[in-house]
Amino acid sequence: MARSVTTGAKIGWSIAAWVVALLIFFPILYAVITSLKTEQEAIAGFSLIPSGTFENYITVQTQRDYFKPFMNSVILSVGSTILALIIAIPSAWAMAFAPTKRTKDILMWMLSTKMMPSVAVLLPIFIIFRTFGLLDSRVGLTIMLTLINLPIVVWMLYTYFREIPGEILEAARMDGASLWKEIVYVLTPMAIPGIASTLLLNIILAWNEAFWTIQLTTTNAAPLTAFIASFSSPQGLFWAKLSAASTMAIAPILILGWFSQKQLVRGLTFGAVK
Amino acid sequence: MATQNTRTLARLMMAPSVVVLLIWMAVPLAMTLYYSFQNYNLLTPQNVSFAGFFNYQYFYTDPAFFQSIWNTLLLVLGVLAITVIGGTAIALLIDQPIFGQGIVRILVISPFFVMPPVAALIWKNMIMHPGYGVFADIAKFFGVQPIDWFAQYPLFSVIIIVAWQWLPFATLILLTALQSLDSEQREAAEMDGANFFNRFIYLTIPHLSRAVTVVILIQTIFLLGIYAEILVTTNGGPGYASTNLTFLIYRTARLGYDVGGGAAGGIIAVVLANIVAIFLMRAVGKNLDK
Amino acid sequence: MGSITLKNVQKHFGEAKVIPSVDLEIKDGEFVVFVGPSGSGKSTLLRLIAGLEDLTGGTITIDGKDVTDAAPAARGLAMVFQSYALYPHMTVRKNIAFPLKMAKMEQAAIDKKVEAAANVLNLTDYLERRPSQLSGGQRQRVAIGRAIVREPSAFLFDEPLSNLDAALRGTMRLEISDLHNQLKTTMIYVTHDQIEAMTMADKIVVLNRGNIEQVGSPMELYLTPRNLFVAGFIGSPRMNLLTGDYAKAKGATTAGIRPEHLTLSKESGTWKGRVTVAEHLGADTFLHLDVEGIGQMTARASGEFGAHHGDTVYLTPDETRLHRFDDKGLAIKA
Repeated sequence: MARSVTTGAKIGWSIAAWVVALLIFFPILYAVITSLKTEQEAIAGFSLIPSGTFENYITVQTQRDYFKPFMNSVILSVGSTILALIIAIPSAWAMAFAPTKRTKDILMWMLSTKMMPSVAVLLPIFIIFRTFGLLDSRVGLTIMLTLINLPIVVWMLYTYFREIPGEILEAARMDGASLWKEIVYVLTPMAIPGIASTLLLNIILAWNEAFWTIQLTTTNAAPLTAFIASFSSPQGLFWAKLSAASTMAIAPILILGWFSQKQLVRGLTFGAVK
Repeated sequence: MATQNTRTLARLMMAPSVVVLLIWMAVPLAMTLYYSFQNYNLLTPQNVSFAGFFNYQYFYTDPAFFQSIWNTLLLVLGVLAITVIGGTAIALLIDQPIFGQGIVRILVISPFFVMPPVAALIWKNMIMHPGYGVFADIAKFFGVQPIDWFAQYPLFSVIIIVAWQWLPFATLILLTALQSLDSEQREAAEMDGANFFNRFIYLTIPHLSRAVTVVILIQTIFLLGIYAEILVTTNGGPGYASTNLTFLIYRTARLGYDVGGGAAGGIIAVVLANIVAIFLMRAVGKNLDK
Repeated sequence: MGSITLKNVQKHFGEAKVIPSVDLEIKDGEFVVFVGPSGSGKSTLLRLIAGLEDLTGGTITIDGKDVTDAAPAARGLAMVFQSYALYPHMTVRKNIAFPLKMAKMEQAAIDKKVEAAANVLNLTDYLERRPSQLSGGQRQRVAIGRAIVREPSAFLFDEPLSNLDAALRGTMRLEISDLHNQLKTTMIYVTHDQIEAMTMADKIVVLNRGNIEQVGSPMELYLTPRNLFVAGFIGSPRMNLLTGDYAKAKGATTAGIRPEHLTLSKESGTWKGRVTVAEHLGADTFLHLDVEGIGQMTARASGEFGAHHGDTVYLTPDETRLHRFDDKGLAIKA
């Protein structure tokens, strides 16, 4: 900003940065390229130029019914995030605008539930789910994902709400707004960017959750994580098709992710780094 | 700031999330604790009996237990080393004046959004496969015998994959921290005669230390629970060579149907995670006070 | 109407008694300023009147009606906040209209009132803008506009000028005084700036640690401060407070003399001092002096009185303007 940098130095840094960036991105790029190859091409040695067939994408749908796990992923991630928001918004609102001595303790405790290793409660959850017939059901898995991400949702919302100046809400109260009107006309419009960011990040987290989704589903409710994991024992060579399925599984979330870079830092560090 | 009315309301509004999380935390954990003292196998559910500390003893004397602890440690430390060092280097690189910074950033953070099974399968089949992977192609190009990564270096291979997934996270957080370094502070240091190297040592590193702490602690929480990457690549093998604690408990519980043993392992995992958690909470808690 | 009475008003935050007990009578149409250093409880007192805080004890009545437990909006008061507290997502028009909309007024009537308020406050050209597109002074006027349209029985101002630069502060001071003259509505104004208090108030309430030190008109406070705290707080530069032999000779523990009540001479006088710093303001010069046998003192000289660092100057106090305080810090009546 303050000083101009020599063009030579800038070109040097740029080349270095681009090489590193492309190396890191390469596996994803290669999967996309492979998805456009035929199965023969896919195993024929290194090549960055595919023949450009979309055959694999069609085959994945016709042979493995790709659409079903995809829809499960959409329903589970969006459903669990919205459910978490409904529970978390009032709670984060209360903690941000009517803090008490215990608010901090409650927040820390909520965070601590996130630290419980999933595997430690695998059996009880499995047994509970089996007892209530929730195994391999979308309802059961939605509840699971809601619980897992609830602490992060509360925390993210809390850090956003805390930035809304309390004086504005007091002004609304002085102006005669009832609590309901205060929420509708003042708080919500100001909180929407924060809520949107929270929504986005948690859809990403829920979409990529790969422990409970694999443990608690078989076919009916299996989202893409479980679907892709089922390809782990290869029968025959199918890499082009696997690449097509993989590309479709990560593309939507990759794009969402690019939009949520900043929120990602904030959400995953619980506001410790902004 | 609040009147009595709003305070009562606040409590009501907090109730749902607190109650839900309380149940979620207490019930399954209590069940795990209970099961850990029971002889309970899902294949013979009619024969449930009190086991005392047998399950813990069983888990503890299993040679796989120590290997899995060791593997967990190697996995966490290996990934942390790669991501923190690599992440710092890449963050510093991206923070330089470069062409297309936005796109570089996007490319670098992308692996974080790839779901674990996809990440693991891409690496397993297309990069590290001894016959058709890119690494094998490179080896063949130089006339070297390709390495069978998952057979010869199973844990290391898993570390590489997981590090690739978490490198963006470390980079992004460190980059954010770097960019929040006050430019006036940097200019003041320049006026005080600090050169690039001195500024890095006395300004940048202390400024980054907090972000590094956060990266280490948060990653550790997630890395202790690595599961899907192992499941789709090595399935914990060969033998127990790439089995971490999470995977061992999964094996005992789900593949061995041993509820008691799995529960005892689960309690051990909780203790481990709590040790890390205490540190993380302190770091985050400090931030709340400001 | 807008007469407000506080009776034995108390506010505790846990153990801390922020307001031990306050009694205060505010008459309709008065411009009352609460002044005091930070932590004196002046903002808390205002917020208690506004209803934004619960009372620990005591009662508040507005126009004879007990509002101690009434909701903020039910008290018929309007407040202008330090940060302006404008709604960032609403245009100026919607900001000003908000309290009317909450009162379910008809749209046509709202428009009329908003236009009128905008006219008074010179905001007509900015009605469709958002707060972020306005300057500090304009935002301040929007906040005032939002208060005006409600036609409240009293306006509450919480340090409204502290975020503005010095020049703008002077202008806004005049505008608010002007507004008071036009509307003749009760105004309660909180500030830590004694100049704002002196220039705007009909009645100043000096607060210290939650207690009222003195209530009076600006000139009353200036001429007859009831105690050392008020003496030191009101007036700029601060009153010189002398202890020791001089005070004893006057029959007091502490003697106070304002900088403007010292006569300066280069030849002779009661005290001999050396100039440490001379602040030349143009019309006036403030001299900070090291006075023999007394210590640091401040004196006001006319701008023409040429004095510089290191000069020797003689001072003579105007003894009819002397303030005397006893060992409890209370003023001794003449």
